[in-house]
Amino acid sequence: MNPIQIPLLIPVTFLFASLLTPLAGLLGRSWAHLVSLAGAVFVFFLSLKGLGAALAEGPLRYYVSGWLPPMGIEFVLDPLAGFLEVIITGMTVLVLIYARKSVEIENPDKAVPFYTLTMLLMTGLSGMVITGDLFNLYVFLEISALAGYALLAIGGKRAPFSAFRYLTLGTLGAGFYLMGLVFLFMTTGTLNMADMSRMLPLVNGSFTVTTGLILIILGAGLKMGLFPLHTWLPDAYTNASSAATSLIAPVGTKVAAYIMIRMLIISGFPPLIELLTWVAAAGIIAASILAIAQSDIKRMLAYSSVANIGYIALGITLANPLAFIGAMLHILNHALMKAVLFFAAGGIFIKMGTRDIFQLRGLPKKMPFTAGAMLIAVFSMVGIPPTGGFFSKIYLIFGAIEAGTWFFVAVILISTLLNFVYFFRVIQTSFFKPYENGGTTDDDVKYESMEMDEMSPGMLVPTLIISVVIILVGLFNGAIVDKVITPGHPWFSG
Amino acid sequence: MKTPSGSPIIQVAARGLVPVIQIIGLYVFFHGHYSPGGGFQGGVLLAASILLARLSLGTEVSQLLFPARKTIIFSALGALIFAGTGLAALLAGGHFLNYEFLPLPGLEPAELRNWGILIIESGVTLTVMTSLIAIYDEIIGC
Repeated sequence: MNPIQIPLLIPVTFLFASLLTPLAGLLGRSWAHLVSLAGAVFVFFLSLKGLGAALAEGPLRYYVSGWLPPMGIEFVLDPLAGFLEVIITGMTVLVLIYARKSVEIENPDKAVPFYTLTMLLMTGLSGMVITGDLFNLYVFLEISALAGYALLAIGGKRAPFSAFRYLTLGTLGAGFYLMGLVFLFMTTGTLNMADMSRMLPLVNGSFTVTTGLILIILGAGLKMGLFPLHTWLPDAYTNASSAATSLIAPVGTKVAAYIMIRMLIISGFPPLIELLTWVAAAGIIAASILAIAQSDIKRMLAYSSVANIGYIALGITLANPLAFIGAMLHILNHALMKAVLFFAAGGIFIKMGTRDIFQLRGLPKKMPFTAGAMLIAVFSMVGIPPTGGFFSKIYLIFGAIEAGTWFFVAVILISTLLNFVYFFRVIQTSFFKPYENGGTTDDDVKYESMEMDEMSPGMLVPTLIISVVIILVGLFNGAIVDKVITPGHPWFSG
Repeated sequence: MKTPSGSPIIQVAARGLVPVIQIIGLYVFFHGHYSPGGGFQGGVLLAASILLARLSLGTEVSQLLFPARKTIIFSALGALIFAGTGLAALLAGGHFLNYEFLPLPGLEPAELRNWGILIIESGVTLTVMTSLIAIYDEIIGC
């Protein structure tokens, strides 16, 4: 296959899979699963190949329908986009493996719509990452958003309600993006990203451009769940099915963060991002404290997502190479850790019938492998070496030191302590809650009679794979930074 | 036969109107690529005709016109026609959706572009029509 076609084939393969999945679903649920999984695996290999080609020969450009930019729509796969594509498509493959059993147990009659919507969501998300045209990005944003609302509405009784709240706020976010884009288009007369980045310095300081950029960043912030625009996120994540949450939590918000990165690169990091750094710092602390207040494990993880989005936004807006590397590495790490934790939360709910973190006593006795995978993810979340999370935090801290902003160094360190508090409640109840044999309370009797009852292999294997990858990312973070993130870096690639 | 309204006037008027709306829908669709109109508008008109039948003749009789369980299949097929045309151009050596490269023999590039848009529009019409019917069927409950 010609590598020049890879940028196009990534979203188009997902599109075809989303159309073929309902047709395959007529034959049976397992066929629908097979088609969507095959599509995701194919795109994962395309992304790997595309990233390799982009690193070796520079960005791959594809002109849809043969129309040249800036008039036509351009798809660009540069190292930054390739890095994101590999993360999101790899996550999709693992989530689809997990989803087969999970959906079968939680929402069996919604299985075919689930796989279809997953493919449609990925069409939108992978298109947003790959496109080189700002209006095309809006179209993909709407595709992914509509599929995302429907996906989050599949789940418990309250899922449609929280999905509707997400719909109102998400539509507002997309509307802000579109309005901001109109302002930029009014001033520059172009929608192509590369063209726009050449035009914007010429109209530097224009009030219209500043307003447009603020609106676009506001829209992206709403979509990524940046504090204080995060209010839709905890409810939507808590009430949706565990497979949908473990897809959207690691992947969806990261792509919104990527829009913010792209916009800041295009606009050459305007000075107004200093304010954004403070917002991100406030979000890290506030969301960590809110996470401590939760007793539902999925809700706690959702607030922890808001805090981690704060890290990513902090790293981007500090606007120096080290912080940027930290933010990119944290996008990878957070996707991995959140997937493991949501996978584990889904498995625990199926096997132990609870999401209350104070009821998890005996988790390692009942589900030893899940507990082990969860432990690795928690270590990475808190930032204990040699897991990946340690290295992204250390880059962020170095970045904040280089920017000379000691306040943000303190924020990262304090939030690490807060992370420690809310995650080690889980570890403490499940691993260390004192259990002398022969206790007499109901709880003790329940613990005594507990047998090993691990979640089914289809759900366990992806969880274990990702927890191994977390450690590998930690061990080989130097290679990832040197070979992949640095070339995709706006300060080094020019 | 019992219809929702029970009124023969509504029933007869609707039966007369449905084919007229459908013909206007087809006209709008076929003229889409060189005059005002197109796949979306044509599809909406076609869907409106079916929905008029659903409301006036009752949900059961109107199944003969277009069965509710087939909507999703045709919706996916329509979108597949759209994406498949793009892929055909890609496989024939052009860029995605570059109609000039469509593997239809004996046609000039300009003619190919003309017919290529018509093929795309037919997919759009099918998808818009069946999707709208599916949405309203879900609300009516059939």
